[in-house]
Amino acid sequence: MTDSKAKEIQVKPKQEVTSPAEQTKPGVVFTPSVDIFENDRELTLLADLPGVTAENLTIDLRENTLTLTGEVEPFERANEEDILIEYEIGKFYRQFSLSNVIDQSKINANLTDGVLRLTLPKVEEAKPRKIEVRT
Amino acid sequence: MFYRRLFDFPTRGLGSSFRELDRLQRQMEQWQGALSRGAFPMPSAGVFPLTNVTENNDSYYVRAELPGIKSDELDIQVTAKGISISGERKIPVEGNNVKYHRREREAGKFSRLINLPDDIDVNKVDAKLENGVLTMTIPKAEKTKPRQIAVK
Repeated sequence: MTDSKAKEIQVKPKQEVTSPAEQTKPGVVFTPSVDIFENDRELTLLADLPGVTAENLTIDLRENTLTLTGEVEPFERANEEDILIEYEIGKFYRQFSLSNVIDQSKINANLTDGVLRLTLPKVEEAKPRKIEVRT
Repeated sequence: MFYRRLFDFPTRGLGSSFRELDRLQRQMEQWQGALSRGAFPMPSAGVFPLTNVTENNDSYYVRAELPGIKSDELDIQVTAKGISISGERKIPVEGNNVKYHRREREAGKFSRLINLPDDIDVNKVDAKLENGVLTMTIPKAEKTKPRQIAVK
């Protein structure tokens, strides 16, 4: 991580979801920033969900659609007055289509410091196999 | 041009245009709601992390979203009139043979200075990092707290 030493982090305003699939409760909905990467064995998803607790996070995998929903409790108490408001609080929502065949029974989710780490192991037949070329 | 858009494509008929209008109206209402709350357009210093500052009679509250940052990676300094938050967000390298589909989370250094409107009690500042949200409680200095005067 030598390049990050010099780099300064840039402000990225929270991205509001433009058309959430379903919206039953009022309030703003944001798209969390994610990293998704895979190796031979598994697919890993990291999502920034500041303010979301494990109880308020819903991870739903249906067929090949993965849905993340995180509710955030309002932080302000009633007697507080705003001085400077740079970001808003809202729900986090994002959907992904997974192309690989995921072993649903072995999914592992871990939420620490507002970052979700979701490990989705691939099923045996989806793992790449090296094909020996016979001469 | 407009006609073409409306009639050439069966999926974009009149019905869907009205739905579109409805959505626009809803958005306008949302906007108006935000305007009356004074939250939009949101002023921003353009420095990471984005911060919300609130106050009550006794304290100022400074909150910032810092997902994935550990408390020992955060450096908070307090002066008589403001606080500075700095640190580095590290995203560890995930093995050698991984292939990325998305990479939106950013790593890097940050430092931010927040000036508060009045003097604060430097010794009683409290900072808490929970679920990736930093909450600082900064008591106001005794002399700046509002005082109730009893009328005799």
